[in-house]
Amino acid sequence: MNLALAPETLARWQFGITTVYHFLFVPLTISLATLTAILQTAWVRTNKEKYLKATRFWGKLFLINIAMGVVTGIVQEFQFGMNWSAYSRFVGDIFGAPLAFEALIAFFMESTFIGLWIFGRDKLPKKLHLATIWLVAFGTVASAYFILAANSWMQHPVGYRINHESGRAEMTDFFGILFQNTALAQFFHTMTAAFLTGAAFMVGISAYHLLRKKHIPVMRTSLRLGLVTLVAAGMLTVVSGDRLGKIMYEQQPMKMASAEALWETQAPAPFSVFSYGDVDKGHNKVAIEIPGVLSFLAHDNFYEAVPGINDTNAHLKEKYRDTVGLDDYRPNIPVAYWSFRWMIGFGMASFALGAAGLYLTRRRFWLSEKLRTGEDERPRLALTNHRELHPRLGTWYWRLSVLTLGFPLIANAWGWIFTETGRQPWVVYGVLPTASAVSPSVSQGEVLTSLIVFTSLYAILAVVEVRLLTKYVKAGPPELTEADLNPPTRIGGGGGDTDADAEDRPMAFSY
Amino acid sequence: MQLTDVWFVVIAILWIGYFFLEGFDFGVGILTRLLARDRAERRVLINTIGPVWDGNEVWLLSAGGATFAAFPEWYATLFSGFYLPFLLILVCLIVRGVAFEYRAKREEERWQRNWEHAIFFTSLLTAFLWGLVFANIVRGVKIDADLEYAGNLTDLFSPYALLGGLVTLALFTFHGAVFTALKTLGDIRARARRLATGLGVATAVLAAGFLLWTQADGGGSASLVALVVAVAALVAALATNLAGREGWSFAFSGLTVVAAVAMLFCSLFPDVMPSTLNPEWSLTVDNASSTPYTLKIMTWCAAFATPVVLLYQGWTYWVFRKRIGTHHLAPSGGH
Repeated sequence: MNLALAPETLARWQFGITTVYHFLFVPLTISLATLTAILQTAWVRTNKEKYLKATRFWGKLFLINIAMGVVTGIVQEFQFGMNWSAYSRFVGDIFGAPLAFEALIAFFMESTFIGLWIFGRDKLPKKLHLATIWLVAFGTVASAYFILAANSWMQHPVGYRINHESGRAEMTDFFGILFQNTALAQFFHTMTAAFLTGAAFMVGISAYHLLRKKHIPVMRTSLRLGLVTLVAAGMLTVVSGDRLGKIMYEQQPMKMASAEALWETQAPAPFSVFSYGDVDKGHNKVAIEIPGVLSFLAHDNFYEAVPGINDTNAHLKEKYRDTVGLDDYRPNIPVAYWSFRWMIGFGMASFALGAAGLYLTRRRFWLSEKLRTGEDERPRLALTNHRELHPRLGTWYWRLSVLTLGFPLIANAWGWIFTETGRQPWVVYGVLPTASAVSPSVSQGEVLTSLIVFTSLYAILAVVEVRLLTKYVKAGPPELTEADLNPPTRIGGGGGDTDADAEDRPMAFSY
Repeated sequence: MQLTDVWFVVIAILWIGYFFLEGFDFGVGILTRLLARDRAERRVLINTIGPVWDGNEVWLLSAGGATFAAFPEWYATLFSGFYLPFLLILVCLIVRGVAFEYRAKREEERWQRNWEHAIFFTSLLTAFLWGLVFANIVRGVKIDADLEYAGNLTDLFSPYALLGGLVTLALFTFHGAVFTALKTLGDIRARARRLATGLGVATAVLAAGFLLWTQADGGGSASLVALVVAVAALVAALATNLAGREGWSFAFSGLTVVAAVAMLFCSLFPDVMPSTLNPEWSLTVDNASSTPYTLKIMTWCAAFATPVVLLYQGWTYWVFRKRIGTHHLAPSGGH
């Protein structure tokens, strides 16, 4: 059979495409849920209209996103059984539980309270309505935890034994699986990156309107919230990335050596800036390196040895000679090398832009009188306390923020491509090779069909979604109505003095 | 009662919950063409389930996740074996979910009409496919000694399975019509009740045939009780609908769904997916299940989470308990 179309290859492509696509929506959903909840909290506490308008505006974009996140998530729940039945049989005793927890604890909460939040505006008192969006936000985060714990078990299996009679992996320590260091580090890194994503989105869109001097009070507030989140999340993403990296150097040295195209074990080990090499011969032809930095990334010092690809491969061949017996334990090295760099590059570009923005738009306390701006003025970009950034450069700052609003999405995608392809040839590291995980009863034609169907459907939906987002981004925050400003005081709607015609009053929102 | 039996029951309950709730969602989707006369009426229908459809669908994800965790072999054989039907179900659920959420987000006539078409066809197809899938689970399929599906696509379209598909299609449409009568106001409410009568009779004929066939094939005393309850509930739903008691009628159409699905699970037990090639190769609650340790963890989770879920989902229905008429629709949707 042609290797390029082998069921394993096709199933991997399908899993990669559907998962990376799903994960475009996930981090935006997680962060926008919380950011919208923060804005709504500000409205409930201060009664300032700009906060309610901001809640409506970001909430709408959040809803357009979560709809796609939810429907593409259904595929994820069933794809293991459909395409990876051998995997499902082998690990179901362990892997199924976090998935079931995710559905019972997180998905129900998310999906039920999102309905209450969308339609509950004229049915729930102000504070109760606020509680529903916080519960949605909590649901999105809880859901991420469970699925990341499941993925962490694939990266670093713990709390299990192999039952040789049934040939399956069996769970022995559920909490060990749920709270192992890989899970905590992956969760920390994924969450901070998620907030980086939502924040860059918020900053970019606020910049779009501020560039045109439209909707200034709302966008000024949003810009501020976005920039603060972007910088905080950016710093924490660096910290969490470093933490996760160090764990990976311990648990999957091959993945990290591949990320650096470090062919031979070196002490001190250099960080690679650019390299071009020969995978078959196992060396680099061109390499630009910073000495010692890789030792630091792996061990927190500038001298310790980091194992290289060739040694690690030899070691793994020896270790698994009698059990698994593969010829090669190396992942696709150019993919690992470049995906690692794109992840860091795109993520940090947004962080840098955010840090610059936070400085340029700093609060009035650090500005001279003439650079201070009011609530309904666009912030002036202050280079020093007395000097404004040249207007042309200023315009470029706003433009760059708009143009780069999707950078963290790209970083997230490369991050997952790195961590999943970097684990190859294993699906469960050190336990189950990917080639042994596919569904034996599903034919090449069937997988090819579903691959084409999902890819084309997702492509169409991407166009629909982006156009819809663009429409609502351009439209800006909606005008508020009387009903918006006077939410009900009783559950089910009504309350107050104007209750006479409650039965026939139109819904504040309907599909 | 062993934990494996408990989890068979839990999974049955999750599927029952799913079909009870999303059953009327599918029905409402189908009625957008069968019952609604204009865009305003279609909007009324869509808004009766607008706030709840997403939460209803999570019952499916929970059933899937619980099957993976409690019976990995069942999960693996079922989803890989019925690959193309599940692909079609997934595509429908994706398009349908996006249709509900995006339809009102543009005012253009063509945009809204396209999504309304999508809602109708995806609801229709999924309602049919679930019956087809469950009929095949209950009847059994070609499963080999490695517990893998050994049949092909056409094997899944036996007369029994096709009848099963028609039963869920008719039953969900009936359930949806009764739900619509309970949740709407004005002309559409009266027409929903009239349509429910016809749909109920059709459902009764198809369901009686299918359930009796199932009972004759592999039923026991428990499934017989469930069968009797299902038929009685359907008759009661029809009678109360004619009498204009919409709340009672919905309770009974819901009970019909509950009892009919329960009947399928009763006749399945202790198998979870029988093999038609050799009874020794059937998947059962014993050979398909997870370890007692995993089942124990899952039991704790379900015991705590399920009541809470029922409580807040129930509360949602109470919050949105008001009937909707065309005059309740917000002037322009989407804001």
